[in-house]
Amino acid sequence: MDRLLLDVAHMLAGGLVLTSFMLLYQDRMYALLNVFALHALVLSASVAWQAYIQQAPHLFVTAGIALVLKAMIIPVALHRVVARLGIHRTVETVVGIGPTMLAGMGLVALSMVVMLKATAAVDPLAREDLAFALSVVLLGLLMMVTRRNAVSQIVGFMSLENGLILAAAGAKGMPLVVEISVAFSVLVAFIVIGVFLFRIRERFDSLELKAMDDFRGERR
Amino acid sequence: MTNLLADLPLDPLHAVLMIPAAAAAVLALLPGYWLAARLNFLAALATLFAALTLVAERPRPSSYLFVDDLNVVFIVLSTFVGFTTAVFSASYIAHEVEIGRLTPRHLRFYHAMYQTLMFAMNLALVANNIGLMWVAVELATLTTVLMVGIYRTHEALEAAWKYFILGSVGIALALFGTILVYMAARPVIGEGHDAMVWTALIEKAAGFSPELLNVAFVFLMLGYGTKVGLAPLHAWLPDAHAEGPTPISAVLSGLLLNVALYALLRFKMLLAANPAAIAPGPLMVTMGLVSLIFAGFMLYRRRDIKRMFAYSSIEHMGLITFAFGMGGALANFAGLLHMTMHSLTKSAIFFAVGHIAQVKGTQKLAEIRGLTSSHPVLGWGLVLGVVAIAGLPPLGIFMSEFLIVSSTFAREPLLAIPLVFGLLVALGALMLRVSEVAFGEPVGSTAPVEASYVPLFAHLALVAAAGIYLPAPLVAWFQSVARLLG
Repeated sequence: MDRLLLDVAHMLAGGLVLTSFMLLYQDRMYALLNVFALHALVLSASVAWQAYIQQAPHLFVTAGIALVLKAMIIPVALHRVVARLGIHRTVETVVGIGPTMLAGMGLVALSMVVMLKATAAVDPLAREDLAFALSVVLLGLLMMVTRRNAVSQIVGFMSLENGLILAAAGAKGMPLVVEISVAFSVLVAFIVIGVFLFRIRERFDSLELKAMDDFRGERR
Repeated sequence: MTNLLADLPLDPLHAVLMIPAAAAAVLALLPGYWLAARLNFLAALATLFAALTLVAERPRPSSYLFVDDLNVVFIVLSTFVGFTTAVFSASYIAHEVEIGRLTPRHLRFYHAMYQTLMFAMNLALVANNIGLMWVAVELATLTTVLMVGIYRTHEALEAAWKYFILGSVGIALALFGTILVYMAARPVIGEGHDAMVWTALIEKAAGFSPELLNVAFVFLMLGYGTKVGLAPLHAWLPDAHAEGPTPISAVLSGLLLNVALYALLRFKMLLAANPAAIAPGPLMVTMGLVSLIFAGFMLYRRRDIKRMFAYSSIEHMGLITFAFGMGGALANFAGLLHMTMHSLTKSAIFFAVGHIAQVKGTQKLAEIRGLTSSHPVLGWGLVLGVVAIAGLPPLGIFMSEFLIVSSTFAREPLLAIPLVFGLLVALGALMLRVSEVAFGEPVGSTAPVEASYVPLFAHLALVAAAGIYLPAPLVAWFQSVARLLG
């Protein structure tokens, strides 16, 4: 395979990891949503590139879904949620930014070590793609644990999911990728609608999950 | 009914999927509670018949669907409990409508979701494709999330949200594991669809890259393990059980946890077919034991009756995972039997608890007292169910627990000590609570209940019968499945 094609694929996948790091240190809600839109944009470019080099036209559908739904519709919808609920000021974090970034680096190192060792037999394109994808997944998980706010947890989950789509697109010839990305989009749409319709704010007075914990059946 | 099915251009395999799917579509449009509840019940009955015909005749595996000795056990159990729960649901929901907790619009939604859940679970069980199975488990998760949140109270919404986030992370990890399995299979089977088909995967598993399979299994264990409710990934389970409608608690405990376990077992078989990959057993044994002991202790602190039985489900899923992790013909047989007995008993308990919570108007343990004198039939039904679930002789769970413990003593005596300890801890908690709830002076409403006792006592009768005598064909059937599991 042409060296350049591979390098561009790596650059895009690496870009996704970098954007995941950018998500980790955002402390304003709107900025967080904008970076997430960028995350989805990088994913879309990365999947489209995979579609081009693998000559797999169905992956363009996945790239299109990522572009339209995740880079546009969902960030805009979440913008509106945040504006209506008036929670744009700060993103509550459980752990400080510094330790979170250090933990993030540790996770990326871990995923490189694990995946590169485990995938020695696989072709180089998929191999490094998988390592990057696992990094994105782990960074997404890290973000979900270190944030208290429901909207930023949703963003964490969606970035995790972007990592999975990257992995699925990198697995050459994998069937059902489009179906799975559609299934995932449904899931994400449910989350966003959930925040909208259930009006968690009204029910709980705050989108902070800690406040929800107090309603647990045990402490009634 | 079976004749009718034979006339249709449907084989039973497709019928198991198409009946719930069609029923869901009709029920979504059908106004009126009476008709919807009857139709729900009839659809579940028809699905059960279709599942029973699958036992006798197996269609040839296609690249999307297949039936073998293993999943047919799960399908029959799933459709049977699905049917009895539909019977219970009819009387439970009638009461909820009466007191105005559910509106007719909610009911259409509820019944449509019930059938969608049946469809998703059956699809996950018969899927011959690891991607399709994943999609089906996701669909089942989404439908149950919506049902858990149906009452729209603080607690219900929080439970649904928590379940949703944890369940989504779980299935996301499972998807990563699924992709890794595909990557492992691709060099051997070749690109494309075949590298995700169970029947092809199992056949060729020996040639897969063991390192990749190892990493994949860790993700699959964490992912599907979240849905099984194994500690420390169980946090969604008690809330989801406590806050949703009780028929859903019964289906969650009795069926959905089994479906996730089924997925785990399939991947375990895949790893077992590759001699160079890690043995999945120790991982399952560890998580199973941790869940069992943790849930045993947590049972003491419960104040909500449905949460208490949810923790008991964690305990039993831990025990079942432990048994399958031990492996071997006897432990697998015991695990399979225990899974069946647990599904029947736990859903029976939830049937009783549902009516009790309705008549008392509360789920708090402290406000439910003296049931055997105020509501003798329900009260004794609950006592019998708890005696069964605690593993006392002569009921079915005693037998399966006895088999698990004795096979562990024979092979790994050191593991048997924490196992027995965990079982005794749970036994103590359950006995303590049930004696408070069932005996003494009645507290709260003593109004008579309009309950449907048939599903409750049908389940308990089956469990009691299994404890005394297991029919030889059933034993032979389970033994052949146990051998298949390796």
